[in-house]
Amino acid sequence: MDPVVNSPGEGCRAMGSVSRRQFILAAAGGLALPPALRRAAEASPETAAAAIKAILGEARLHQGRVALDMPPIAENGNSVPLTVSVDSPMTAAEHVRSIHIFAQENPLPNVAHFALGPRAGKAQVSTRMRLFTSQTIVAVAALSDGSFWSGSAEVIITLAACIEE
Amino acid sequence: MAARRRFSAFSAALLLLGLAVSVSGQRPERGDEIPPEDKRSGYHFISRETQAMQDDDLANPGSLWVLEGEELWRKGAGAAGKSCADCHREAATSMKGVAARSPAFATRAGRVINLEQRINYCRVDHQQAVPFAYESRELLALTAYVGHQSRGMPMRVAIDGPARPFFEAGRTVFLTRSGQFNLSCAQCHEDHWNQQLRGLPISQGHGNAYPAYRLEWQTLGSLQRRLRNCNTAVRAEPYPYGAQEYVNLELFLAWRARGLPVETPGVRR
Amino acid sequence: MAKALIRMPAEAKKGEVIEIKILISHPMETGYRRDAMGQPIPRHIVNRFVCRYNGEVVFQAELFPAIAANPFLSFFTVATDSGEVLLQWTDDQGHTESETVRLTVV
Repeated sequence: MDPVVNSPGEGCRAMGSVSRRQFILAAAGGLALPPALRRAAEASPETAAAAIKAILGEARLHQGRVALDMPPIAENGNSVPLTVSVDSPMTAAEHVRSIHIFAQENPLPNVAHFALGPRAGKAQVSTRMRLFTSQTIVAVAALSDGSFWSGSAEVIITLAACIEE
Repeated sequence: MAARRRFSAFSAALLLLGLAVSVSGQRPERGDEIPPEDKRSGYHFISRETQAMQDDDLANPGSLWVLEGEELWRKGAGAAGKSCADCHREAATSMKGVAARSPAFATRAGRVINLEQRINYCRVDHQQAVPFAYESRELLALTAYVGHQSRGMPMRVAIDGPARPFFEAGRTVFLTRSGQFNLSCAQCHEDHWNQQLRGLPISQGHGNAYPAYRLEWQTLGSLQRRLRNCNTAVRAEPYPYGAQEYVNLELFLAWRARGLPVETPGVRR
Repeated sequence: MAKALIRMPAEAKKGEVIEIKILISHPMETGYRRDAMGQPIPRHIVNRFVCRYNGEVVFQAELFPAIAANPFLSFFTVATDSGEVLLQWTDDQGHTESETVRLTVV
């Protein structure tokens, strides 16, 4: 293999972003997103919980309606496919405003934030993630009625991302 | 497969002769002892998800290099200002089968050369341009594009005539132990393919999908880059890119992979 | 480097939900890696993606280093009227790329 030349974490700054609340409001209103803010990254399980809390504010998080399709074992953490879907009619009256993905054991737990809306037609997004280690991936969906729903899935990573060349 | 014979002395002699003939006809060549029915591309040793990435051109990041290669193919280069297309016209026609037959002996070079070197000879001789470095964006794009024109075709390199000594030199590399771990290619890829190494199955080491997008590299890379990774893995000092040792080994591997389809650009872990 | 590969239907029925897939060429350098000399390689990622359908935003994404190199995205939108689907992405150095695809709605 290519020589392993680095270690994670030290001195790294997260490309942090707008507050989650601003993001959801912007998504709902179809506004342009404000510029990103920088924030130091810390690799801790508490960070994922804090990142999720930033989305929820004081709202309760319900389990359900959010499904994650991901392989149970990934041979290389550099590319792990994920499809997240939310059970929703996607009408103007009842739809998914946004979906937020978190990788709890990554140096930075935020994976992506997706802003949808009734024009999406279907609340389903696919992408490929980079995962540092075996862990639980959590997806939080913000619905148009103001409620928040979440789902999760576990994946075993055979070869970690973030530390190989 | 021994013919049935009655056991008279004459028949016994014939039996022995028959056995000798049938066994020698099936005796595998050194370094190529995987039975033909068991010969499998590296595609069969990657996860389903990685296979799915290769199968869909939209999901295969290698497609980005193929697209780039198509653009470079049509772009004039060097002091001559000529493009590949100026001489070779449509790659889908002129380049079909080229990668399936590479590496090959080139009279112009007086030795066996691989696709990267062939492209660079064209750049220098016909475009009056500077050769591209291994792993450069341009060389990867052109080898991915040209290789892609052979996708699906069975690999079939020539090892006779002037290519023979290079082939034998490549076979020697394949069979020779090296590095602090003192391992040869054959020990992993002939003797222990499909067994686990660091949690993942060892492939047969064919190289028919290169240049390939390796998840570990997070980019497209050449077969030589992969071979250098193997050298490092056994703690051997890699040769420099373009070393004849690698080209000879590439020829041996291509012969060993004969009949397997070109998969360029493949996706591997 | 070729910018991106896009797959979406050229034609759709009004009201049909269509899938848009895009593969963007970008190293998505995490900022966590170091080079052969041990020096940190600076973060460089696509961090914003937006899809505008006849000018209206129908999908947006904020991406982080946890998105794999050469980002792949697949999402859905309702075919409303014929027009232009603009796919645009910006990296953290402020560089923007885009591709436009014509959609005919019957």
